[in-house]
Amino acid sequence: MKLVIIKYNAGNTQSVIYALERLGYTAEVSDDPAVIRAADKVIFPGVGEAGSAMRYLCERGLDKVIVALTQPVLGICLGLQLMCAYTEEGPVACLGIFPQQVKLFPPVEKVPQIGWNTIFDLKSPLFKNVNDSSYVYYVHSFYAELGENTIATTNYITNYSAALCKNNFYAMQFHPEKSGDVGEQMLKNFIAL
Amino acid sequence: MLTKRIIPCLDVKDGQTVKGINFLNIQSVGDAVELGSLYAKMGADELVFLDITATNEKRKTLSELVTRIAKHINIPFTVGGGISSVEDVSVLLACGADKISVNTAAVKNPLLIKELAGQFGSQCVVLAVDTKFENNDWFVYLNGGRVPTEIRTKDWVKQAVALGAGEILLTSMNHDGTKDGFALDITRDISASVNVPVIASGGAGKMEHFTDVFTQGKADAALAASIFHYKEIEIADLKAFLKNGGVAVRV
Repeated sequence: MKLVIIKYNAGNTQSVIYALERLGYTAEVSDDPAVIRAADKVIFPGVGEAGSAMRYLCERGLDKVIVALTQPVLGICLGLQLMCAYTEEGPVACLGIFPQQVKLFPPVEKVPQIGWNTIFDLKSPLFKNVNDSSYVYYVHSFYAELGENTIATTNYITNYSAALCKNNFYAMQFHPEKSGDVGEQMLKNFIAL
Repeated sequence: MLTKRIIPCLDVKDGQTVKGINFLNIQSVGDAVELGSLYAKMGADELVFLDITATNEKRKTLSELVTRIAKHINIPFTVGGGISSVEDVSVLLACGADKISVNTAAVKNPLLIKELAGQFGSQCVVLAVDTKFENNDWFVYLNGGRVPTEIRTKDWVKQAVALGAGEILLTSMNHDGTKDGFALDITRDISASVNVPVIASGGAGKMEHFTDVFTQGKADAALAASIFHYKEIEIADLKAFLKNGGVAVRV
């Protein structure tokens, strides 16, 4: 199993590497298109600012590499947002894998949302052996709207996409690598796809 | 629904956990990673590691500790204690820390908050404030509560959030170590005055204190050390108690 984590300027790669190690897998971190294309599974994590992250990806041609991948790809947090069509953070046009708009939470509650919230309406093999209403860990100020690609929902101020899936592309707004045993189960499920 | 967080705090010195009573009389209570893993299994929502090592080896021992924590623990953790530069933070985040907390260095140079938020994002910048009520107001203290200032806590927190602090860890020195309950008034005031989460710290002694700080104190998270280290309160029992009392918690 060749797991590759995409290297760019908004990675929280170390936490993801350690989470995979706890499951018994080694991941390679790379921004080399050939290495990324040759992977069995690709993980696209991210913590940071969307505008500068998109610029970095485009400058290196990684935007085109990512959208053309055919093996399972998992976006995490900012990775999910960058896989959508557009984000208000920047604002900037993103990879467009999912048609969603990414919006800033209105300030009726605290922003960012930090902490454990539930996911429901789970619709994917990614959530095998994961119960409806399981708790996952979130840190984010922007959210992807609901849509036909939504495979899990969370409520904070509004119902939004906790996870998305289209063909071989999967994405989670929460951090599976920090969501305890539940998150580790989801990473196992992704690796087993 | 977003839940209230229970955060055990591990004061660490040379990789070992310690907890001072009123910031003094330090007593070692065990290995930091072992204790942190145990808390994660018992239902802690996050962990805070405050490094109080004061030797020249500090940077090395802390980055080694953070690496060990990140490898073994599958919930988020914050690292603080003497962090004073972008380089310090860069190293700790690269080792796997999710957030860092700044205290004295940010008061001395508030632009540090802006630099950190700009480079790493507000989500990983926690402002820790040690505060004391005296002369009818709450004031900021520095250097682990040893150095008073004339800065009003409310003013400082607002300024820090405007500069990019993503979360506030508020410790009441009047309450810390007393086990008489959290400082509800200043926690509520701070929580109402900024739109980022507030972690209340100092004074936890009974389970009711947590209910009070979440309901009356409007805290988003509550931090405690000795009651967990000395097993006076088990995290699972605390969460069941809070849930029964109508507080949203992860169980």
